[in-house]
Amino acid sequence: MTVHALVRRLCGTFAVGVALSGALSACAPIEPWVKPYERENLADPVMAFDRFPVSTAYLDHVFEAREGARGATGNAGGGCGCN
Amino acid sequence: MQLMMRTWTAVLGALLLAPLASAGVLPDDRADVLYHRYDGGGVVIDGPSLLVRKKFADKVSVAANYYVDLVSSASIDVVSTASPYKEERTQYSVTADYLRGKSTYSAGYISSSESDYDAKTWYAGVSQDMFGDLTTISFSFKRGNNDIFRNIGGGKDPTFQRASDTRSYAVGITQVLTRSLIGIANFEVISDEGYLNSPYRSVRYFDPSDPKGYTYQGEVYPNTRTSNAASLKLNYFLPWRASLNGWYRFYTDSWGVNAHTGEVSYTQPAWDRWTFTGSLRYYKQDAADFYADLFPRRNYANFLARDKELSTFTALTFGIGASYDFRIARLPWVEKAQANLRYNFMTISYDDFRDVRASVAVPGTEPLYKLDASIYQVFLSIWF
Repeated sequence: MTVHALVRRLCGTFAVGVALSGALSACAPIEPWVKPYERENLADPVMAFDRFPVSTAYLDHVFEAREGARGATGNAGGGCGCN
Repeated sequence: MQLMMRTWTAVLGALLLAPLASAGVLPDDRADVLYHRYDGGGVVIDGPSLLVRKKFADKVSVAANYYVDLVSSASIDVVSTASPYKEERTQYSVTADYLRGKSTYSAGYISSSESDYDAKTWYAGVSQDMFGDLTTISFSFKRGNNDIFRNIGGGKDPTFQRASDTRSYAVGITQVLTRSLIGIANFEVISDEGYLNSPYRSVRYFDPSDPKGYTYQGEVYPNTRTSNAASLKLNYFLPWRASLNGWYRFYTDSWGVNAHTGEVSYTQPAWDRWTFTGSLRYYKQDAADFYADLFPRRNYANFLARDKELSTFTALTFGIGASYDFRIARLPWVEKAQANLRYNFMTISYDDFRDVRASVAVPGTEPLYKLDASIYQVFLSIWF
């Protein structure tokens, strides 16, 4: 797979996801478009948002000490008091 | 000394609550031992971090962390107006997550102390899975109380004690987008009130009567600060079993600091037991409204800052990492063990912060300061 094809695939899947989110939010009931048995890729350890919690926390610490910005670091599964 | 005083809660909060990407599942039992070392700009900070997380009855997960920073500083700020120093900061924290159906309730407490700064923070949050577990929504609140002191001549100045208060409100959404793509959006508001500057740092201003052409006075910050940060992170599974991760954050605050952060990383397993990671992080910010490298005169404005973290600068950070999975035959209760090495190189180019160690005829024409730092991490993780 070429890089160009990969980028196209990424953009395509993202657009589909966003479109589905919007469409499904307007309908009821909402049907999961990714079934539990279709989440093998998402469950792979390489897809974990934070494989190394101690290490990530340390790096966040370093960056926040050196930079003016803070918060919403995105390592914590959605604003769970951890940014 | 107060080098990292703004960061306690960010660090431990992320550390303890990060596994809750899915509200309906408690994180695995694990223990991590890490050695960290930061070396750059005349500052060396190293020390250990220890995390233990344990589930009880598949309903409650409790985590505890112990973290130490051993600081040896001869930074540009210190050598300009003070003397090199050594300092130790110790941090303890504990958190508990309670799973009930598709909701997870979390609460925690963090305590950080050093000779001239004490911080105590508590937080509470809730996460909820919905829409067939494709979506997780989280809310949290955090509050911190800080006591600031000043060391002089090897002891604490009995005449100086200040306080500040920090509150954080955060909301986030984790969304499964396709079979191979997941995203997280976060928004966080943080407000500070109280004594927010450093009792040691100074600003410089033109002074024709001084042989150098300038001299110093103490910095003066506003007593309040409110910041807004919004971020989006996407993680994509590649067909050859690897992952590509992208992150962007926009930041703005009431001091006039606007910042953009972007990061991409790539993770690739290899040879059964190894996993390699590479990353590139870009950061750019504008200076605070009351920042200047050299003020025209003493007491030039109500608020005065010469903290390089409030100046205009661009930072690039390159990272590499390797993980090795193994088992420990003598410890059958250990399901998996993992050894990790990570190295990051950070380079920061300041646009309006000058290196006053250089001797020049005209103040304000010194070369711009540049900071390079190496960040090392060695850690061992076990799951049980």
